[in-house]
Amino acid sequence: METPLGAVRGLGSAREGARNWWHERLSSIATLLLSIWLLVSLLRLPSLDYAIVAEWLSSIVNASAMLLFVAGTFWHIRLGMQVVIEDYVHEEGSKTFLLLLLNFAVAVALAVAVVALLKLAVGGSAA
Amino acid sequence: MARNTARPVSPHLTHYRWGPHMLVSILHRITGAGAAIAGGILLVWWLAAAASGPEPYATYVKVATNPWMLIIWVPLSWGVIQHTLSGLRHLVMDIGAGFELNANRTFAVATLVGSVLLTALLWLYLLGVI
Repeated sequence: METPLGAVRGLGSAREGARNWWHERLSSIATLLLSIWLLVSLLRLPSLDYAIVAEWLSSIVNASAMLLFVAGTFWHIRLGMQVVIEDYVHEEGSKTFLLLLLNFAVAVALAVAVVALLKLAVGGSAA
Repeated sequence: MARNTARPVSPHLTHYRWGPHMLVSILHRITGAGAAIAGGILLVWWLAAAASGPEPYATYVKVATNPWMLIIWVPLSWGVIQHTLSGLRHLVMDIGAGFELNANRTFAVATLVGSVLLTALLWLYLLGVI
């Protein structure tokens, strides 16, 4: 039961909890599978030197899998950190600030990672 | 008055007897938040460095392989493994299984033992011991 005043003030359930919960599970399973791929791939590379990593990420398959790993991971980070912030930060100003910071940080991280991966996959050598 | 410890305890934070399930529950959030921040930065920086060329990549490698960075890498690897194992425990509990007292406690302890063992195994392998 939400009073009209409560709705105006943004109090009470935002009715998005179930979707957040379900997407957190989806992203956790996606990230789990992709992180197994990433771990096995990294351990199988002869070294993590520049030439080897750049060559490895220039493959369409590897770049695509890495892009999905990054997207799934940051999606999961965004959902999980949102819940942690909402559960422990009760002061309205700090909460809003941290949620904004979270969303901006995730957006920046995603943008940098995606552009980097596209450059590695499409662009040839940066040197 | 002596308390019968076999009886259920009052549902309030300061009256709960700490158990492995409570530790694993809060560790899930701590490891998740820690790994998100430290791991997120190191992952994006690594990809950006690889895309920017040999010199930026060399800078990343120099920082990442500094022995002091083990203070970040070892807890980060343990945190990701602990978060993964307790995440699997959560997926089991999400389908309504594993809530019996003994099973719940056993799964909780198993994530703790498993994460320490797997972290040790990973680092013994990375350092070339095995």
